[in-house]
Amino acid sequence: MARIVLTHSACRQYTGGTAELESDATSIRGLVRDLEARFPGLGRQVEESMAVAIDGVMHQDDLTASIPEGAEVYLLPRIGGG
Amino acid sequence: MAPDGTPDLKVVGTRPIRPDGVDKVTGRAQFGADFQLPGQLVGKVLRSPHAHARIRSIDTSKAEAIPGVKAVMTAADMPEITSEEAFVGEGPADFKDMSGNTMARDKALYDGHAVAAVAATSAAAADAALAAIEVDYEVLPHVIDVEDAMVEGAPILHDDMFTSGVDPKPATPSNVAKRMVFELGDVDAAFGKADIVIERKYKTAPVHQGYIEPHACVAQYAADGQVQIYCSSQGQFMVRAYVAKLLGIDISEIRVTPLEIGGGFGGKTLVYLEPLAVVLSRKSGRPVKMAMTREEVFRGSGPTSGGTVWVKVGAKRDGTIVAGDAVLKFQAGAYAGSPVGPGCMTAFAVYDLQDVRITGYDVVTNRPKVAAYRAPGAPISNFGVESAVDELARELGMDPVELRLKNAAKKGTKAAYGPTFGDIGCVETLEAVKDHPNYNVPLEPNQGRGVAAGFWFNIGGESSATVNINEDGTAVVATGNPDIGGSRASMAMMAAEVLGIDVERVRPIVADTSSVGYCFLTGGSRVTFATGMAVVEASRSVVNELKARAAKTWDIPVDAVEWQDGKAVPAGSNAGDFEPLSLEDLAAKSGRTGGPIAATSSLNAQGAGPGFGTHLVDVEVDRETGHVKVLRYLATQDAGRAIHPSYVEGQIQGGAVQGIGWALNEEYIYDDRGRLDNPGFLDYRIPVASDLPMIDTVVVEVPNPRHPYGARGVGEVPIVPPMAAMANAIQDAIGIRLTELPMSPPKVRKAVDEQAAAEE
Amino acid sequence: MAKHHISTTINGEPVEFLCNTEQTMLDVLRDELHLTGTKEGCATGDCGACSITVDDRLVCSCLMLGVEAEGHSIQTIEGMADGDQLHPLQQKFLEYAALQCGICTPGFLVASKALLDRNPDPTEEEARYWLAGNLCRCTGYDKIIRAVLDTAADMRGAS
Repeated sequence: MARIVLTHSACRQYTGGTAELESDATSIRGLVRDLEARFPGLGRQVEESMAVAIDGVMHQDDLTASIPEGAEVYLLPRIGGG
Repeated sequence: MAPDGTPDLKVVGTRPIRPDGVDKVTGRAQFGADFQLPGQLVGKVLRSPHAHARIRSIDTSKAEAIPGVKAVMTAADMPEITSEEAFVGEGPADFKDMSGNTMARDKALYDGHAVAAVAATSAAAADAALAAIEVDYEVLPHVIDVEDAMVEGAPILHDDMFTSGVDPKPATPSNVAKRMVFELGDVDAAFGKADIVIERKYKTAPVHQGYIEPHACVAQYAADGQVQIYCSSQGQFMVRAYVAKLLGIDISEIRVTPLEIGGGFGGKTLVYLEPLAVVLSRKSGRPVKMAMTREEVFRGSGPTSGGTVWVKVGAKRDGTIVAGDAVLKFQAGAYAGSPVGPGCMTAFAVYDLQDVRITGYDVVTNRPKVAAYRAPGAPISNFGVESAVDELARELGMDPVELRLKNAAKKGTKAAYGPTFGDIGCVETLEAVKDHPNYNVPLEPNQGRGVAAGFWFNIGGESSATVNINEDGTAVVATGNPDIGGSRASMAMMAAEVLGIDVERVRPIVADTSSVGYCFLTGGSRVTFATGMAVVEASRSVVNELKARAAKTWDIPVDAVEWQDGKAVPAGSNAGDFEPLSLEDLAAKSGRTGGPIAATSSLNAQGAGPGFGTHLVDVEVDRETGHVKVLRYLATQDAGRAIHPSYVEGQIQGGAVQGIGWALNEEYIYDDRGRLDNPGFLDYRIPVASDLPMIDTVVVEVPNPRHPYGARGVGEVPIVPPMAAMANAIQDAIGIRLTELPMSPPKVRKAVDEQAAAEE
Repeated sequence: MAKHHISTTINGEPVEFLCNTEQTMLDVLRDELHLTGTKEGCATGDCGACSITVDDRLVCSCLMLGVEAEGHSIQTIEGMADGDQLHPLQQKFLEYAALQCGICTPGFLVASKALLDRNPDPTEEEARYWLAGNLCRCTGYDKIIRAVLDTAADMRGAS
């Protein structure tokens, strides 16, 4: 079980404002599937536009990264740069 | 091993001469405008003289009839693209908008917007053709300022733009593309615990990246549909992808060869000319070369957003910052996609702060579409927050560095954008400022000292590298990232470190899109981190292969071979049994031990290390003229591990000086018709040598555990703190809080006059 | 209109070229003579990337017409090194990492050489004001100024 934190309105619009969730997903791919099933549109939003910070490590666009048991996961807008 | 457990490094951390250096000091290096193909035509762009106008029709017949004119194009020669979100240098964008920005279709949305292009046998014929194109414009009301664009009744740029992120979905179109809210904790309750609250609004001007090399390219479209593009950009793969998308060409048909890039700073993470040159080449059957003039660079490319930043920050009497609230309104230029998102997330990131709310608006105006510029968005929100925190320090009577130290983010604290920080060097950069002699230099009347700290995420991303061992034991390292400030040196150094050979024996190249695996563009402070990681992995694979060849040669197991100082050495029970085999020995015999030795690594690097920096500046204000002189400047930054310290210092110095320009002089001046009045370096004044002192740097090294040598990105952080540091120093010098950039002589003088009038 | 036939000296070599009246010296160097080391950053005399010397006088080649080269001696970045022997300024720019992207570097080197030819012992302030007509957006000028001052010191020591 991981704690999923939605800091951004781009995600909260799919959860009716809920900012914290739990998920059994063990990878970002699994998380995308889980979120899409529970909040249609949110999984797609995460896959296409969000970065996923797992225990503080930013994953910009890597579906394969694993989510350890008890992890703290933040969904943030993806970052570009100059 | 060093006492702290880090491995002893022989190459990383030294300062060799860059491998492309001689080319660049002798004039031999080929930049965008230096390349040519036989028979090439001159391509030029016709640009809208109106800030906002419907294009009723374009008649190109007279232009086409001019002798020497070989092709004329408009948006009708490009496919109509449906809306599709793309992730470009700045962040999310839309290919339909990118197409429209490359060439206006129904409406011209800013002064300088491309509306047609020509290719001719001479510049004179091309100019004549531009003059002969007849565009029937219906001039529309325009809007330049971000807040003017948000009011009801403002001229609407896009009839199909409805503000996203508001509930319920609006029924009428708006210039506000998006509203976003970023929220942690309970901000309103947290402000209840504050003894002191600072609340103020700040404003920044849009500024151009100001690279000295204008955009330039040569394109050739062959009869078999193969496209060759030679250009200066921040990413040959980016150019390939965008040209393919905008023109509907298969990626395999396009080969982009990178030329040297004369500065980008984010501004060359997009295409402007390349799709036009390809279309003109297709229509004319000849190669087409296009280069912008400086005026076109200012009117038609970049800049970054200007914006307003409302900040509210609360603290307890002991200096503990307890809550932060901000509203950011960023102008995106003519199409949606300002960097307001990262502006929101970085706003309070230097602080250990749990109750934060930031609301962002992405707003279109009749200006050039913004492009990425070094830490996109962060300098704007930082100017507001770090100015407000300085005011807080004054209210509290606390030293501004001490206040920041008391509240600084550190390992284990939750970032003000959410996740828990790992190894970061925010505190270290603040301490480095305190320890520096500049911190205690006595000041004279009208002199002041200002400090500000800043943050940028840095990114990783997709990178590839190929390492080839030549038969004489030298190596070639091929990557796909344009070398914008010395990255060839750092790639060669990391390869040499792994291979255990002199860096002079490694030749790094920046390969074309058909000669090396995919690399995301040079930007986001990612190349040394991510592409460097690919170089290290490929080099390690080469070392494994070299050990295997030695094992075969000696007939011992491969795990009984070690690689030491560029030599295979028998180890374990075989130790001392054979003479070590050097890289040269193994390379010379490689044909007879299994063939050439080479390795490629392709990866998607995650976990880029967050970057922090603190700047300290002393200024002197001339109350008579309003001129602000920079007396001393110190920039400290956590580089994780400086691969080539000179280029790390250079990034810090260059970023700081761009920030000084942003703070003091740079702005776009529009006339009442929305035309840019200062599209040149005389009137858009970037800092020159005589404006500046030496830029002192202190590089602190808190290694990034995700990189083999601990490197983190360094290129973007240094442009974040300067604007607030300068404003804070000016306040310290003359007791006036300036809240609007640029703090140019007329504005400073006006503020001084108002102060004097108020005192009378 | 017929082109002009111009005889001049470039980097010590006699050179003849044809140019139109309106062609700048910068255009002639780059487009007719293929000496592309001289760069165009603005074409309005504001950035110094096109710096050359004409009879030892520092000039923005974008502000000079090609026809004005007749009978004069022009030096460009291509003539700065002596064969494979770099000029001390070139060497010092490399050692100091006084370039990042390198687009302004030819102009800075030509301008810096013109400074040291006149003033072998410039102060930091003199160097900064002499080079104020050359824009660099990458370095913040710090390492450029250090490289110039250190070259001056070396050259004084050597002479």
